[in-house]
Amino acid sequence: MVENRPWLTIFAHMVLIIGVAVIAFPVWVAFVASTHDSVTMLRPPVPLLPGGHMIENYTKVLTEGFAQASRTPLWRVLSNSLIMALGVCIGKIVISLIAAYAIVYFRFPLRMTAFWMIFITLMLPVEVRIVPTYNVVANFGMLNSYAGLIIPLIASATATFLFRQFFLSVPDELTEAARVDGAGPLRFFRDILLPMSRTSIAALFVIQFIYGWNQYLWPLLITTEEEFYTVIMTVSRQANVVDGVPQWNLIMTVGILAMLPPMLVVVLMQRQFVRGLVETEK
Amino acid sequence: MHKRVTFDTKLLPYLLLLPQIFVTIAFFIWPSAQAVWQSFLLEDAFGGRTQFLCSGLLTDPLAGDTWQRCFRHFDRLLSDSGYWHSVRVTLFFSLMVAAIGLALSLLLAVMADRTIRGGTVYKTFLIWPYAVASAVAGVLFGFMFNPRVGTLAYTLSALGFDWNHQLNGNQALWLVILAACWNQISYNFLFFLAGLQSIPKSLIEAAAIDGAGPGRRFWTIVFPLLSPTGFFLLVVNIIYVFIGTFGIIDALTQGGPGQATEILVFKVYKDGFRGQDFGGSAAQSTILMMVMIALTVVQFRFIERRVHY
Repeated sequence: MVENRPWLTIFAHMVLIIGVAVIAFPVWVAFVASTHDSVTMLRPPVPLLPGGHMIENYTKVLTEGFAQASRTPLWRVLSNSLIMALGVCIGKIVISLIAAYAIVYFRFPLRMTAFWMIFITLMLPVEVRIVPTYNVVANFGMLNSYAGLIIPLIASATATFLFRQFFLSVPDELTEAARVDGAGPLRFFRDILLPMSRTSIAALFVIQFIYGWNQYLWPLLITTEEEFYTVIMTVSRQANVVDGVPQWNLIMTVGILAMLPPMLVVVLMQRQFVRGLVETEK
Repeated sequence: MHKRVTFDTKLLPYLLLLPQIFVTIAFFIWPSAQAVWQSFLLEDAFGGRTQFLCSGLLTDPLAGDTWQRCFRHFDRLLSDSGYWHSVRVTLFFSLMVAAIGLALSLLLAVMADRTIRGGTVYKTFLIWPYAVASAVAGVLFGFMFNPRVGTLAYTLSALGFDWNHQLNGNQALWLVILAACWNQISYNFLFFLAGLQSIPKSLIEAAAIDGAGPGRRFWTIVFPLLSPTGFFLLVVNIIYVFIGTFGIIDALTQGGPGQATEILVFKVYKDGFRGQDFGGSAAQSTILMMVMIALTVVQFRFIERRVHY
């Protein structure tokens, strides 16, 4: 701060506190709803303070699922989401690491072609070409499978660029020293480059985990069997039940469980998260 | 761009690139090419026979209806008032999200930058909406504003304002704008805060010594220096609305009521999947791809300049 203006500082704190409260409000409402029984949640005004049915709601949803619409217990849905998130995240990191290594440390024909092909993926998100992508996955026989949920999403221009940027900053002397000591390209990659990339990998892990966990359109398209549903889909499906009264307390319980893992990752790995967010945009 | 020291193994680099290139071709480039190709095909109602619409271009390019025939799906689309309505909704949606979201997050970032100790604490409390999936954000806002039980809808009606986004298209559009702003705010906030912290303190101090108050300093120094960040965020927010708000729309309004919140991406999905209008959906995909390519080029050309800056 440049000069001491106590009123301005108080004003800044007030704005921030109001901002935090407004931003937290939707999640607070959802949390409160997840601690009441369904009858309370159908009688407006709905309460704004937590009730006593929290454990009951969470156990019910996790072990039995919804009563009417879906009987799959939520722990299975959550594990689908976890498999998908980790699969997408690790897959992206692995194939981008080796692709960036090839582009930076080797000189071969078609190198720039490969680079531009990877770049193009940025411009063609699944959302703009839904039907033909669905057809491709169907032709591969990957509908209703973990492979279908994961593999089509693991190409990543941002991750490849991030690793490329990092590899370019690694001093050439290291490569020379490794070569003098008789290390081949794979050995150099495994023993020198990979350990040095730890922080970049951690930063990308946070960003891509959230990306994988929060996928919505893709699982919606390619899963028709309940055993492959993800938790984000489940929240939205239950909130939009056409017949019957929505059980808001259970829907919001699922909502909280759907938000919790990525939120924990963001808050606990805050430094890596900020780093990943800022660096993937370079 | 590349290293002085490289390895000269012949086969290895291709093997290393293989997985990434395979996924890129199979799930990105090939389906995109299919979308473009399909937008020039005519499929009969039962999906049995398909016909290439542009064959006339080779045999008789000057005949009156050859071109019209070739671009039949595009022609149909561009003369459809529903499509133009969707274009207007998407543009309004993205401009509002960018304007409101950027203004609010800039305000919060400037305030957080002012506080010395508080900065990091507030940061922790402001970044987590990034972790909420857009579909979940849609469900949360749908619940708060649910005309029967929603807390905020109840408050509004107690104040004499009749809220029902399930019937009123205008209210539905404002609701999805609100949900999208909320979902995007942490991203904008973090980039503005990083931008603010990279402005040299000596500049601000010099202006203060010259007698410029906080407001004047903001508008004459901070704001112009932040404009590259702001422009970058503008493009990112527009891309977010075009592509990333599918979840909000599907979970909250399904494009309704009527077609009040039917953004372009949702229309591609609806026409292609529910309506089975493959030609029309493919033509929409082709147009959206061109928009995305243009936006990405703008985004990257700008970033190149930011690096030198």
